[in-house]
Amino acid sequence: MSALVPSGRRRPRLGWNILGLLVFVVAGFPLYWMLDTAFKPAKDAIDPDPSLLPTGITLANFRRALDIADFWGPVGRSLTVSLTVVVIGVVVGTLAALAISRFAFRGRKIVIVGILAVQMVPLVAMIIPVFLLLNDLGQYDRLTGLVITYLTFILPFTVWTLRGFIVNIPRELEEAAMVDGCSRTGAFLRVVFPLLAPGLVATSVYGFIQAWNEYLYALMLLSQEHQTATVWLGNFTTKHGTEYAPMMAGATMMAVPIVVLFLLVQRKMAAGLTAGAVKG
Amino acid sequence: MSAADTTTPAKVPPPRPAPPPVVPDRPRGKRTANGAAAPWLLLAPCLLVLALVMGYPLVRLVTLSFQKFGQSQLWGFQPAESVGFDNFSKVLGDGEFRAVVLRTVVFAAGSVIFTMVAGMALALLLQRVSGWLRTLINIVLVASWGMPVIVATTVFKWLFDSDYGVFNALLSKLPGVEMIGHNWFASGPQGLAVIMLLVVWGAVPFVVITLSAGLTQVPKELQEAARLDGAGSWGVFRYVTLPVLRPVIVMLTTLSVIWDMGVFPQVFVMRGGHPEAEFQVLNTYSYDRAFVVNDYAQGAAIALITVLLLLGVVAVYMRQMLKIGEVE
Repeated sequence: MSALVPSGRRRPRLGWNILGLLVFVVAGFPLYWMLDTAFKPAKDAIDPDPSLLPTGITLANFRRALDIADFWGPVGRSLTVSLTVVVIGVVVGTLAALAISRFAFRGRKIVIVGILAVQMVPLVAMIIPVFLLLNDLGQYDRLTGLVITYLTFILPFTVWTLRGFIVNIPRELEEAAMVDGCSRTGAFLRVVFPLLAPGLVATSVYGFIQAWNEYLYALMLLSQEHQTATVWLGNFTTKHGTEYAPMMAGATMMAVPIVVLFLLVQRKMAAGLTAGAVKG
Repeated sequence: MSAADTTTPAKVPPPRPAPPPVVPDRPRGKRTANGAAAPWLLLAPCLLVLALVMGYPLVRLVTLSFQKFGQSQLWGFQPAESVGFDNFSKVLGDGEFRAVVLRTVVFAAGSVIFTMVAGMALALLLQRVSGWLRTLINIVLVASWGMPVIVATTVFKWLFDSDYGVFNALLSKLPGVEMIGHNWFASGPQGLAVIMLLVVWGAVPFVVITLSAGLTQVPKELQEAARLDGAGSWGVFRYVTLPVLRPVIVMLTTLSVIWDMGVFPQVFVMRGGHPEAEFQVLNTYSYDRAFVVNDYAQGAAIALITVLLLLGVVAVYMRQMLKIGEVE
């Protein structure tokens, strides 16, 4: 194809590339600046005429970030909450996703619409009744309360996403297994689950990221000494001002693992969605 | 997820799987008797959990908005008494609330338009640049998409800091511009413009990546045919590309409306947890009424009004999802 393209086409492409490069720089700048500030000496960070290039590499900001407030406690709590939510969400969600994607039954459409609708209720709208509910149940400032709350957005998300994965697994495979003597459950376990595995992994990681990133409920439902990782990032602003360089170091520590996970899942999500088991 | 999305996860939109209509999901034939109970058994745990964690609070939200519920009711000193539509009439009659609604709508409309236009432009640009550059841009896009909203907000706060922010420093490099020390958050519109930039920066990657996938589905033959018939680039885009992408665009727009109407952490964190009056949008206002003024009932009424306002958009979204997912 490219052989057929007249060489005159190179010029317009150069123009597009320059534009693309500009987009790359602008879109990537916030990320670059976060990393740059995190690693530069703190005194260079508060320069009214900052150098756009790195001015030297130091880990002092990271040490300061870890000193300002306990870091590993919040991280541990975030991990506990996110993992618990994801495990519950995936187990319960897989069953429900199977039901709505593989069975014909009365009321199926209502269930689907319900799950979609529930996804659309803004979390912020729910904070008031959730707060009152947990207050009544004595679950305020408990991680269990947070886990229960996070299920409101993780569970519908899991069901809907897994449904998408299951729908793409050809029904014929299951039917073939059943013709060969598998029970329906056997066909699920031996045919559907292995094919669903990448989807399950991707959905879990995605759900984990969402739970990890949640801010409002974590802020409202837990006290200062039980804060989670996202809330921890708020510790850098006090009434004496903001310590920006350590804050960017903290932001980097928060963002890098999540962004890496996200980069990995993006691919798997795409792969899981397009992978076909029956060769054309 | 909106749910998710309005707050933090708002930013990490669920990968709306737009599965190609590979397998029609139509349940085949009638299952035998044992099939009747099975799906409900599978659904039971999910429905039970949702009823508990979602159903109850939703009902409580509605009942709460018809009650008088403040500090003394919270501690149980006084029973919550029903007050009919008082909360709603108070809220709707309040000039400040109307200003908040208007601000939210303008903010959301601006964010959605910028997001969609920038997203479309970028998706088209990505088709035209060299492969290596496309990879680079994609990495940056996915990385900024994956940034936790709180982190992104914190970073933007730093970029736009009045004294040491790099944005002011860069602007001041322009001849005749002296912006060092300029406080972007001194005025509502300027501050909200910065927040809008943050929202758009976070939302564009999802749009670009989804639209890029959509663009690969536009049949080359159609474009060539249009070109042969004398259509220019704009004509091809307007009469071939756009109609093919329509369902995806409708879905992305409705999702963006839902998310941008529900923007919360960006405003909340940008303003250090206490947004000033000229920064209040619906969600922060509802929060403010409930947890700062301690009028939980009024906060609930505002939240309920927000949900009702969004309902129409949600309906459009659901129709689209049902169509794309071939649910029927």
